[in-house]
Amino acid sequence: MPKFEYAPAPESRSIASIAESYGLFIDGKFTDTVDGRMFKTISPASEEVLAEVTEAGPADVDRAVTAARRAYEGTWAAMPPAQRSKYLFRIARIISERARELAVLESLDNGKPIRESRDVDIPLVAAHFFYYAGWADKLEYAGYGPSPKPLGVAGQVIPWNFPMLMLAWKIAPALACGNTVVLKPAETTPLTALAFAEICQQADLPPGVVNIVTGAGDTGRALVEHPGIDKVAFTGSTEVGKQIAKACALSRKKNTLELGGKAANIVFDDAPVDQAVEGIVNGIFFNQGHVCCAGSRLLVQESIEPTVIDALKRRMTQLRIGDPLDKNTDIGAINSAAQLAKIRELSKVGEEEGAARWSPQCTLPAHGFWFPPTIFTGVSQAHRIAREEIFGPVLSVLTFRTPEEAIQKANNTPYGLSAGVWTEKGSLILWMAARLRAGVVWANTFNRFDPASPFGGYKESGYGREGGRHGLEAYLDA
Amino acid sequence: MPDSGARIAVRKTYKLYIGGAFPRSESGRSYVVTDHRGGFLANAALASRKDARDAVAAARKALPGWSGATAYNRGQVLYRVAELMEGRRGQFVAEVRAAEGLSAAKAETFVDFAIDRWVWYAGWSDKIAQVHGSSNPVAGPYFNFSLPEPTGVVAVLAPERAPLLGFVSVVAPAIVSGNTVVVVASERHPLPAVSLSEVLATSDVPGGVVNVLTGRLAEIAPWLASHMDVNAIDLAGADDALADDLAVAATENLKRVVRLADGDWSRTPSLDRMLAYLETKTVWHPAGT
Amino acid sequence: MTATTTTDLRTFLHGLPGVDRVGAEARAAMLASRSIKTTAKQWAIDLAISMIDLTTLEGQDTPGKVRALCAKAKLPDPADPTAPKVAAVCVYPDLAHVAVQAVKGTGIHVASVATAFPSGRSSLDVKLADVKFAVAAGADEVDMVIDRGAFLAGNYTLVHDEIAAVKEACGQAHLKVILETGELATYDNVRRASWLAMLAGADFIKTSTGKVSPAATLPVTMIMLEAVRDFRETHGRQVGVKPAGGIRTSKDAIRYLVLVNETAGEDWLDPDWFRIGASSLLNDLLMQRTKIKTGRYEGPDYFTLD
Repeated sequence: MPKFEYAPAPESRSIASIAESYGLFIDGKFTDTVDGRMFKTISPASEEVLAEVTEAGPADVDRAVTAARRAYEGTWAAMPPAQRSKYLFRIARIISERARELAVLESLDNGKPIRESRDVDIPLVAAHFFYYAGWADKLEYAGYGPSPKPLGVAGQVIPWNFPMLMLAWKIAPALACGNTVVLKPAETTPLTALAFAEICQQADLPPGVVNIVTGAGDTGRALVEHPGIDKVAFTGSTEVGKQIAKACALSRKKNTLELGGKAANIVFDDAPVDQAVEGIVNGIFFNQGHVCCAGSRLLVQESIEPTVIDALKRRMTQLRIGDPLDKNTDIGAINSAAQLAKIRELSKVGEEEGAARWSPQCTLPAHGFWFPPTIFTGVSQAHRIAREEIFGPVLSVLTFRTPEEAIQKANNTPYGLSAGVWTEKGSLILWMAARLRAGVVWANTFNRFDPASPFGGYKESGYGREGGRHGLEAYLDA
Repeated sequence: MPDSGARIAVRKTYKLYIGGAFPRSESGRSYVVTDHRGGFLANAALASRKDARDAVAAARKALPGWSGATAYNRGQVLYRVAELMEGRRGQFVAEVRAAEGLSAAKAETFVDFAIDRWVWYAGWSDKIAQVHGSSNPVAGPYFNFSLPEPTGVVAVLAPERAPLLGFVSVVAPAIVSGNTVVVVASERHPLPAVSLSEVLATSDVPGGVVNVLTGRLAEIAPWLASHMDVNAIDLAGADDALADDLAVAATENLKRVVRLADGDWSRTPSLDRMLAYLETKTVWHPAGT
Repeated sequence: MTATTTTDLRTFLHGLPGVDRVGAEARAAMLASRSIKTTAKQWAIDLAISMIDLTTLEGQDTPGKVRALCAKAKLPDPADPTAPKVAAVCVYPDLAHVAVQAVKGTGIHVASVATAFPSGRSSLDVKLADVKFAVAAGADEVDMVIDRGAFLAGNYTLVHDEIAAVKEACGQAHLKVILETGELATYDNVRRASWLAMLAGADFIKTSTGKVSPAATLPVTMIMLEAVRDFRETHGRQVGVKPAGGIRTSKDAIRYLVLVNETAGEDWLDPDWFRIGASSLLNDLLMQRTKIKTGRYEGPDYFTLD
């Protein structure tokens, strides 16, 4: 029984009003499906049903694409950029105004702690719209020619790990460049996308500029393969990403993909240890490890391994797992039963491969999908848990001796999304950054995002960048 | 018991805006501002050299905080200014009409331009470094990058005509990147600038970031042009003869001088003004194990 | 470890892991966002009150002022005698005897500052005489200041030896060593000064004199809590931590307790191992305490001045 028990500190649910049932958002209005059906979205922390949501059928997708095309040709592409910019500023401001409500909705639907949705996700969502609002009327300065043009209608499919943030990463630059969009949120996390549709109405965004079609894999496929789409943007698993790449190769559609990762978080013996431990924890346990750029492989310099692992275990005993709506929760629920099964399976593999498994003592709630933060020590590159993306709060710990060996091990993967480097030596940071085959290198920090900072992968982590000036390229005919 | 007489308006006093406060001139002087027909509009404060001195001190004091804020934060603050300008649209339209004798439609257009101009600049805050900075591929094991940084305290002589749109167009490009400003409003038409100060004071712009002086340009400008703690000066409001004198005085501490042929303020500006107030810092760092 | 040469000390202190400022401040900020409500808040408020070193360190202090302070320390809230007493009063050495008399028999400690507080700029003889004077007056705790000038000039031996000498002059009294973190400027320096003080025998390490800004901050206190945690791990001796200066509200105080809980651990959640140097904080804690009981926001008229 701890001396200092933090009493329950629940964020109130009542601020987020959830309808019983949602249609599709097409041409500026919510509308019933013509050839789809309804399905339920649940809270992964309690398994309670939150709402009924539409699974769009092919005819629904067609309606949405048609509306987007009409809006593109009718109002949006020809609109003076400064006016487009002001719509995006409006959306950014409304998101800030409704921030608390959106954070609660996100935590309910996704399972992530309210502290994260409140302090990280939603502020970044507003910031993305604010940042790209400012580019809409400055495209001639973006380095893509004196008068870059949009592509047309973008079909966008996003994952469940950062639902509203992924929506912002897709929609903000697309609209800023003059495109219109049809976006499909993940099937387990549709609610903030549907709230976003309402925000578009509040901003008086012209109908058809943004369309939201909810659904699962089939809806996504229908969208991506629709001939009326000029540009495909996908964030999700490498497996599905490759399928989309194939389809786009044949249809000649421009596409960008942001896929999986197995990032190396590299800790040198002269690292600032306390901050490095925070970085390791942040790297793999933030968002329950449901992060494509998670630091899921700790590469710790062999001479300092005992110190770091001891400090890491001590730190992990302070992690609070529980109700995502409790403001003191550090680790929330696993997003779905399917994901939980996958994490369990790969953890079992880790044990079978001979790695040593450790988790701090924690009480997991009776209902919902939960997995304790876990580390495997004694892992080597030859192990499956060093190779395959687990997408959960599971860290594989490997060692290295020299900087060259760290590089080799870090790059020895088909993925290449991100990497972390911890050392007090500036030259070493820059030397490592130059050699790591990863699209994002975090030095003495981890999991930091900003709308001004380009994000994306090398190799099988995908191609294209989101964020910054570079993020405009995907949505311009450049 | 009020009878059938018309209501007596509560007229505004037009003061200076220094360090976030609205003082009268320390000299106690004022001057008459007339409308386009020569009719009385108001007594505006007649700033002295000491007011100018105090304004520069306030601008210098505000500089670390403003230049140290994140670009995102500055962008947000500037956007908030636009929101409040929009809310006061009617007031600005009335003041611009009275000053220049424009039709309602024309005045509204100019005010809308001014608001949209402010929004345009707000969106630059977190993009300048991406457009005007670079990593430089030097021949050696070094990481080398160039970053734009604000030059410091900028003196601005606002244009004589276009008392709102011109004012916005010379002030916003200086502060968006983190500089602080002492601006001398149009001598003939200072009132919209003072109303804009009220907007600045209520929209999260820290005190001292923008300081507004009203008065005789020929009296005040030389003190700013020769001030050794001012880093740059925009001569937009000075005629050629005065501008020549000021440009020479500015060389004493090698101020960055902006002297552009401004014509139609309604056209979207180039990046000239924003870039004029940026220094470039280049950093080298070796890369090695 | 008995390293006494400056080279040995320097090698050891500069061999400690560095502190990344941005990362440390981010961690402290995250801990400050913990939400402590209802029963937890009540418990924390009472604990915080019991950890206060109620302080008056002004040139204009008089025996009357010190007596009033001690009366407040004994009975913080006359309207509610269930409110805990504070841990100690903290005064200048020449008024220590007044405090000792006033709190006799209550269990409240008397801490006296010493060693040419707050600047520390005088000879070792004068500083030791200052300590002995305080101890003779009956102070059972001594809050000394380190020689920041010597520290910043790299003269670690001088700083170390001064602390050791003061510890000896304290006799039975507990020694708190004030690092004056606001003058040390970097977190690396704070880490090194913390270790230096502990190696020299400090019973407590303390952030500030309260006369320099910035005084106590959450990140600086976090660094010191990490130091005492690690020192106990390697040297087997527990040392206490006292943030002082600038802690004015209950919210601040509770944040410090969360910091202790999640950095050094619950062994430090006790007035024997954690103190808060403050004056106006006490009334804010009492107001919050009363609000929890009555459900109303309180006003200052209902709480006594010291």
